[in-house]
Amino acid sequence: MIEFSHVSKRYPTGHDALRDVNFSLGRGELAFLTGHSGAGKSTLLRLIMLMERPSSGTIQVAGQTLTQLKSAEIPFHRRRIGVVFQNHQLLFDRSVFDNIALPLHISGYHLDDIGKRVRAALDKVGLLSKEKLNPVTLSTGEQQRIGIARAIVNRPQLILADEPTGNLDPELSAEIMRLFMEFNHHGTTVLIASHDLALINQMDCRVLTLNQGRMTQHG
Amino acid sequence: MANERDIQRPRGAVRQEAKATAAAATAPRGAARHQVTLKAKSQSWWRHNLLTAKEALSRLLQTPLPTLMTLAVLAIALTLPGIMYLALKNINALSQQWQGGPRVSLYLQASLPDDEAQRFSQELLLRQDLQAVELISKAQGLYDFKKASGLGDIFDYIQGNPLPAVVVLQPVDQTAEAMTRLQEEFSALPEVAEVVLDIEWVKRLAAFVEVANRIVVVLGGLLALAVLLVVGNTIRLIIENRRDEILVAKLVGATDAWIRRPFLYTGFWFGVLGGLMAVLLIGFSLVLITEPVNQLIGLYQSGFVLQGLSPDEVVILLASGLLLGLMGARLAVGQHLQEIEPR
Repeated sequence: MIEFSHVSKRYPTGHDALRDVNFSLGRGELAFLTGHSGAGKSTLLRLIMLMERPSSGTIQVAGQTLTQLKSAEIPFHRRRIGVVFQNHQLLFDRSVFDNIALPLHISGYHLDDIGKRVRAALDKVGLLSKEKLNPVTLSTGEQQRIGIARAIVNRPQLILADEPTGNLDPELSAEIMRLFMEFNHHGTTVLIASHDLALINQMDCRVLTLNQGRMTQHG
Repeated sequence: MANERDIQRPRGAVRQEAKATAAAATAPRGAARHQVTLKAKSQSWWRHNLLTAKEALSRLLQTPLPTLMTLAVLAIALTLPGIMYLALKNINALSQQWQGGPRVSLYLQASLPDDEAQRFSQELLLRQDLQAVELISKAQGLYDFKKASGLGDIFDYIQGNPLPAVVVLQPVDQTAEAMTRLQEEFSALPEVAEVVLDIEWVKRLAAFVEVANRIVVVLGGLLALAVLLVVGNTIRLIIENRRDEILVAKLVGATDAWIRRPFLYTGFWFGVLGGLMAVLLIGFSLVLITEPVNQLIGLYQSGFVLQGLSPDEVVILLASGLLLGLMGARLAVGQHLQEIEPR
C-alpha cells in the first residue's frame, strides 16, 4: 500500500527532515511510526498526503507513484486517504454531522447517501447521538472520535493518524487505538504516528522508528 | 472536475471515479464502495452549484450591515455612469427634436412692409440651392415670442411691433463653406439686415456630446475598476475568515474548483444585488429630477419626455454588475487561495 524507496526531504532552510528512508507497508497492515519529536514523523505523513514533495527518492501509494501525480490530481489522491490529526481540525461553525459530511460533499455523494454514511461513521465511533451538536461542545476525546469518523466516512483504503492520542488520557487513548484496530480488521491499511511508546508496546503491532530523519527500525 | 480524465490510468484496486456505470449504483455496496457514477456526478455538480449559490447568499444575509454597505458602494459605483449615460441619452434625444440640419436665418429690415417680406421670401422659393424657405412674419414672431417667453405683457406698453420678419432657410448643401457663401450673398441684399448661421451651434453641440460621451466611457471604466476592487477586497476578507475550512477541505480532497465555487458565487451575488440596487437608485434619481426637468421643458414649449432606462439597458446594467462581481471574485480567489495550502 505504501512504499518508500530512498526518500529524502530537505527543507529550503537546509534542515534534513528525512534521509534515505526505505520501507513498505502492505495492504491491510497496521503499523506505528515512532520517534522523538522532530524525527520526521509528520514530514513522512505529509509526503504521503502530498502536502509536500520529497527532495529525492520515490513514494508509491496504492500502486501509484506520487512523484508522477500532477497538482490537479492531488485532490483525488487525498480522497483515498483518511487523515486524523492531533488537533482534530474540526470546524466549529457547523454541526458534527456537517463536519463528517464534508468529505462526502467534496466527493460528490448523493444527499441520501451522505446521511447514511455519516451515521454509519458516527455509529462506529459511538457518537451517533451527537450528530446535531456543535463539536465545540464535545470533550477532547469525543472531538478526536469525530475527527476519526470524518477520516473513515469516505471508506478510505488507507488511514493516516498524526499523534491521534496526543491530548488524551491513557484510557481514552486505548479506546481510540481499539477503533483503529477495528478498522484494520476490516481490511483498511493504518499508519499511526505516535510517540506514546507505552501504548505502542501494549498493542503488539509493527513499529517503524525514525531517528533524526533515518528509519532505524522497520518492524 | 476536469481532472478526472487525467487520472484514469490503472492504479490497482483503487477508486474508479468516472468509469463506473449506472449498474454499479445497484451493485452490492461492499464491492462498489467507492464508486460514484457519471450521472450521479453531474447531478451532484448541479446540486452543489445550487447549494453553494444558496449558501453564499444566506451567508451574505447573515451579516446584513456589512453586506449592505458593500452593496451600497457597488450600487453607487454603477449608478454614476448609469446616470451620466441617461443624461447623454436625453441630450441626444433632445437635439434630435431640432429636426433636420443647420439653418440660415435672414433677419429682414424692420422697416420692410409685410407684403415686401412676403414677396422676398417667395422669390427665394424659386432658388434651386434651398431646400426649404419659411417666412416668420412680424406678427407671427410677436405671437411666438409672447407665447414662449411669458413676457408678452411688455408689448402692451410698447407702440407697434419692434420685431423684424425672419426668413428661415434650409440650404441643400449644408457644408460649412456653402453656408458661409450663402451668408455673404444674402448679407449684400438690401432687404436683409442680418444673416445668422446656426451651423456653429450645431457643431458645438455635437462636439459637446462627443466630449461627454468620452467622459462617460472614461469614468465608467474607472468606476468599473472600483467595483472590481471592492468585490475583490471583500472576497479576500471572506477567504481569510474561512481559512480553516479551506485547509480542511483541501486535506480531504477538495479540488480547486470546489473551493473556488462559494467565493465566485459570493461575487456573483454582490454583482447582481449591486446592479439591482443601482437600477433602483437610478429610478429614484429620475423621480427626483423629473419635476424640475418637466418645468424646464415646459418653458421651451417642447413635447420632450425625460427618458429612463429601457429594459435592454436594465439588463446591460445588471449583466455588467454580475460580470464585474464575478471577475472581482475570480481575481481575489486566484490570488489568495494558492496562499492557503495545508502545511
